Amino acid sequence: MTDTIVIAELSKGQISNATNELVTAANQLGSNCTVVVPCTDSTVANPAGSISGVGKVIAAKSDVFSNYDASAWSEALDAVTPSGVIVTSASAQSKDLAARLAARRSVSVVQDVIAIEDGILSTPIYSGKAIQKVSVNGNSVISVRANIFSPADNSGNCEIQVIDTTGNVTTALQEMVQRASARLDVSEANIIISGGRGMGTPANFSHLEEIADKLGAAVGASRAAVDTWDEIPHSMQVGQTGKTVNPNLYIAVGISGAIQHLAGMRSSKYIVAINKDADAPIFQHADYGIVATWEEALPVLSSSLSNLLA
Amino acid sequence: MVNIAVLVKQVPDTNSKIQIAGDRVDLSSVKMDISPYDEFAVENALQHKESAGGTVTAITVGGAGADKVLKGVKALGVDNIIRLDYDGYMDSNGLQSVLAEEISAGGFDVVYCGKAAADTGAGSTGPGLAEKLGWGSVSNATDIKFENGLTVSYPSEGGNAIVTVNLPAIVSCDKGSIKVRKSNVKGIMMAKRAQVEVKPISPPNASVTIVSQIMPPAKPAGKQFEGGDSANTVAQLLRDEANII
Ligand SMILES: Cc1cc2nc3c(=O)[nH]c(=O)nc-3n(C[C@H](O)[C@H](O)[C@H](O)COP(=O)(O)OP(=O)(O)OC[C@H]3O[C@@H](n4cnc5c(N)ncnc54)[C@H](O)[C@@H]3O)c2cc1C
Ligand SMILES: Nc1ncnc2c1ncn2[C@@H]1O[C@H](COP(=O)(O)O)[C@@H](O)[C@H]1O
Repeated sequence: MTDTIVIAELSKGQISNATNELVTAANQLGSNCTVVVPCTDSTVANPAGSISGVGKVIAAKSDVFSNYDASAWSEALDAVTPSGVIVTSASAQSKDLAARLAARRSVSVVQDVIAIEDGILSTPIYSGKAIQKVSVNGNSVISVRANIFSPADNSGNCEIQVIDTTGNVTTALQEMVQRASARLDVSEANIIISGGRGMGTPANFSHLEEIADKLGAAVGASRAAVDTWDEIPHSMQVGQTGKTVNPNLYIAVGISGAIQHLAGMRSSKYIVAINKDADAPIFQHADYGIVATWEEALPVLSSSLSNLLA
Repeated sequence: MVNIAVLVKQVPDTNSKIQIAGDRVDLSSVKMDISPYDEFAVENALQHKESAGGTVTAITVGGAGADKVLKGVKALGVDNIIRLDYDGYMDSNGLQSVLAEEISAGGFDVVYCGKAAADTGAGSTGPGLAEKLGWGSVSNATDIKFENGLTVSYPSEGGNAIVTVNLPAIVSCDKGSIKVRKSNVKGIMMAKRAQVEVKPISPPNASVTIVSQIMPPAKPAGKQFEGGDSANTVAQLLRDEANII
């Protein structure tokens, strides 16, 4: 069995639960899983020590990890990462890093893995219109989509080794511009509620925000909404030329379900559609479809959620 | 004067239906087009040339069918068009190796590419190629200023990061705020007469093998309800059946 190495996924500087999913994926691929944690302060790596199914944790400590720089991160991580199959998350940053690490080791990268069976990796191609199964000879780097592999539990206990490392930084951070709204970005959220042209006016997105606040969700949009209304920024767009998301729950409101929109969200675990047109294509992909105007449905949804969450 | 390269790939039109024949995708009756994000890469490359002076060379790796995409970008104002001749599957290491060779030989200062190709969805080529060349890179760029080397914005946790990167560098391009230009009749006529420079390549052996390509497993039919009040039922199902809330 090949050795596997998980590069821990971080969120706000802490190891995120996605890391536990990566460990599960790694243990389906090979054995002897090592988790490497990029950090400036090695105590950040401590929680990884309790993930079940991990043989060893390496806290890769370096100043370069204070900001993301693809070149420096790949150099610094490569220096401390044993040989084997490397597993990362499929977040935008981690896919970038995965590609760099693979090229650094002259191996191939397989991005967005959604299943592993007997060493065969499945990935969506043509924006999820088909699935490609590949086998890899020798080592590789793979990135794994969120919300697919069940997270390893936290009943383990293993050694944490701290290794100092460094890399050559090629980009200089000028500024971090915080998002104007405190709301989550669609790429970071586990629940997304998106509005389309059927919302009528951009001001009506406030009804989506109200529900998003109850659920801790992000608000997304179709391209028609982004293109029609200046108030709806492209960063909210889900789809072929927007973001690819696969949350636990995706609620599409006033969105017809064009093929390019589906391209960005069809792999969501649960899909709810609210549309006044019973023939809208989105209903073919919805787990729960509500044929109604949003004016009728959203207030009911909002108050039901309040009751259920109370 | 900046020597600019832009990578463009031919992919199925995003409206097209993907079908399987045997255990492979059958693209024989599918309309092909430039990959959507590559249009932003081309626009950034042309704007870079307009602001700093220089030349723009578009490069594709593909079969003869991909010439159409090259002519399309030639019509927009790209100076040179090169096709690395290869019709078949290449893994990421193979593709990046042949591109790295071409980019080094061409003496380029900067490479623009799409954030992800519409067929692979991978987003591997820009950062991987940069690593092979030992260059800096920024992925998913939404806004580029051609100053201080390059000043690039990209989405980062909680907002946007704005970074500067010295040349040589590779930038993979997201949509951002730029509008892509359209070709005019003069450009199209000129592109018709243009020669694609076709070069043979010999990629390293692939380590990734395609086992099969299949349709995504059909989703079990969902439940459909009529009327706004059914939102109450759906909320219940989200808790009791889906265990989400
Ligand atoms: C190259 C390319 C890339 C693209 N990329 C993307 C992309 O990234 N993302 C994307 O989304 N699209 C993308 N598109 C566009 C896509 O083809 C569709 O045009 C777009 O998704 C339609 O958005 P929509 O569903 O909001 O609008 P419409 O198709 O106009 O649908 C509006 C829907 O709202 C419903 N409705 C109207 N009023 C109400 C009401 N009061 N209550 C409830 N429902 C109501 C209608 O029945 C209708 O189904 C792309 C297209 C191309 C060619
Ligand atoms: N065969 C190819 N020929 C030219 N450019 C390519 C090719 N494959 C990928 N690219 C470029 O790399 C980007 C990302 O592709 P990918 O890594 O496959 O998602 C694309 O948008 C193109 O700009």
